[in-house]
Amino acid sequence: MSTMAAPTVRPRVLVLGYGNRGRQDDGLGPEVAGAVAALRWPGVTTWENDQLTLEDSIEVAAHDVVFFVDAAREGPAPFALTPLAPSLTISFTSHLLTPETLLAIARQQFCAAPEAHLLAIRGHAFAFQEGLTVEATCNFRLAFAALRERIAALRRAAA
Amino acid sequence: MSSTDGTTAPRKIVIDPVTRVEGHGKVTIRLDAAGAVEDARFHVVEFRGFERFIQGRMYWEVPLVIQRLCGICPVSHHLAAAKAMDQIAGVDRVPPTADKMRRLMHYGQVLQSNALHIFHLASPDLLFGFDAPPEKRNIIAVLERYPEIGKWAIFIRKFGQEVIKATGGRKIHPTSAIPGGVNQNLAIADRDALRARVGEIISWCTAALEHHKGYVAANRVLHESFATFPSAFMSITGEGGVMDLYDGTLRVIDAEGKALIDGASPASYRDHLIEEVRSWSYLKFPHLRGFGGDDGWYRVGPLAQINCCSAIDTPLAEAARRDFMAVGGGHPVNATLAYHWARLIVLVHCAEKIEQLLFDDDLQGTDLRAEGTRREEGIAWIEAPRGTLIHHYTVDKNDQVRSANLIVSTTHNNEAMNRAVKQVAKADLSGQEITEGLLNHIEVAIRAFDPCLSCATHALGQMPLIVTLEDASGAVIAREVRQ
Repeated sequence: MSTMAAPTVRPRVLVLGYGNRGRQDDGLGPEVAGAVAALRWPGVTTWENDQLTLEDSIEVAAHDVVFFVDAAREGPAPFALTPLAPSLTISFTSHLLTPETLLAIARQQFCAAPEAHLLAIRGHAFAFQEGLTVEATCNFRLAFAALRERIAALRRAAA
Repeated sequence: MSSTDGTTAPRKIVIDPVTRVEGHGKVTIRLDAAGAVEDARFHVVEFRGFERFIQGRMYWEVPLVIQRLCGICPVSHHLAAAKAMDQIAGVDRVPPTADKMRRLMHYGQVLQSNALHIFHLASPDLLFGFDAPPEKRNIIAVLERYPEIGKWAIFIRKFGQEVIKATGGRKIHPTSAIPGGVNQNLAIADRDALRARVGEIISWCTAALEHHKGYVAANRVLHESFATFPSAFMSITGEGGVMDLYDGTLRVIDAEGKALIDGASPASYRDHLIEEVRSWSYLKFPHLRGFGGDDGWYRVGPLAQINCCSAIDTPLAEAARRDFMAVGGGHPVNATLAYHWARLIVLVHCAEKIEQLLFDDDLQGTDLRAEGTRREEGIAWIEAPRGTLIHHYTVDKNDQVRSANLIVSTTHNNEAMNRAVKQVAKADLSGQEITEGLLNHIEVAIRAFDPCLSCATHALGQMPLIVTLEDASGAVIAREVRQ
């Protein structure tokens, strides 16, 4: 019943881009996921959603390396790529799951511990409007280039 | 988390935003000079701009575009918009395959959304207690302590998403409902994959319902008294008053079960409902025409869906409904916490309906779309997971949307949520100090309605819990931020 058959080519890489394309720069995550999907690289799975959900843990658990890609209202521009570790601590919300929580669920429910990173791309506007702002588009290009190189390096190392 | 300034002047205590609901809201509690609760309000602070956002769109785009209103129940908006656009396309009845494909998608949506709420949002409160610390009341703690419930949470939701994907092309933002019908039938491979799992899903939904009934039995006083008040209820029902979450006519009953409105068609919604605007909230306050704002408010959602229907056409859910209604002794059940029980009955019903439809050969039909003579206005409703959802559009001669009016479930529940907050505040928050546990009670009361306040962006750094204490002039005298 998996929606995304996990690839057999290793490393199995998952790019999980989340955000709302109808809210300007909140669509940065899905935009990156779409760009990675267009590469059609074997072993690389992409998924975009408005937000992370509990059942995403199934897909996370089925991959070796997971990149969570989200828009950031604050923080460094153009982007920050940081490693993630499972965390069972939720400060106040379990509805909006964090990547760390999803990793914890994957570990707890499926005994899986993929390498994981958060690609946080700086956004600038989040109104009811489709399309990225000019600033976010620039950030997207730089972030996507960095992610593409990172995944390419993973694939070269495994070859 | 709480604070007072030691004075006796009226003051406001603001909880902003309410946690674990979609979107943002805040609660303001006004104390009188004696420190007792004078008033409490549940504000919606984020403007829902979608009604303007879709103006100018081609009408056939609307079922796709409107889904971006909500990351939790996009399917409900997709289907409500498609039904309204059927009217625009001049189609009063879509082909049976289209009707059943849409219904199957809808049951998948309600199944996964109700599972989201009961397992992700409500179960931490119910299993660990309202006063348990926040770090304890979350889904991770549920997974640790109750792994079986954790399994239900993940796989019932996933099954619902699979149903949506099989019927809608995508599991988040489906594309299959179009004006006049659908653009695909159900593939045999998808049908068979879903058939293989649906029995297990029904058993899990039933087990969850039984587990919850055990909770109710063990906490009967709390269950019946917490934030409880009488009210009217509103829901769509099918022929003969039988539960129909996809289509039907409107029924409104009073707190005693007497029908105030019955058999109303979508086109007549403005004959029955008025949307009142109040200055302190972006959320409108609908009420029944002719009853006024003070007397004409009502509740929607699972509790209303169960209270309003006269029967359910699936056996397990119908048996559960009879058990549930016995609590009211022939009258509607008014307990706010009963929303959860009702939500689980609807969950079982949806699983049963999915099973029924998966064995209906009409889903492999090829007559997918009807055509008609273009109209300028389309009005439709559907019972979304959180209650009655109304879409109303007008379209100009260039096929562009001229106007849109959406009344979402949470808007219907606006007055009821305010009353629930006020009731809890009066019961628990009188005095000079507000504890975290007492604030939790307010959140529990709001969560029972499962409010969806806006299309939430969730970008990093946007969702802290901010608690602000203001004096009567609006000046902030204390503020807490919980990241």
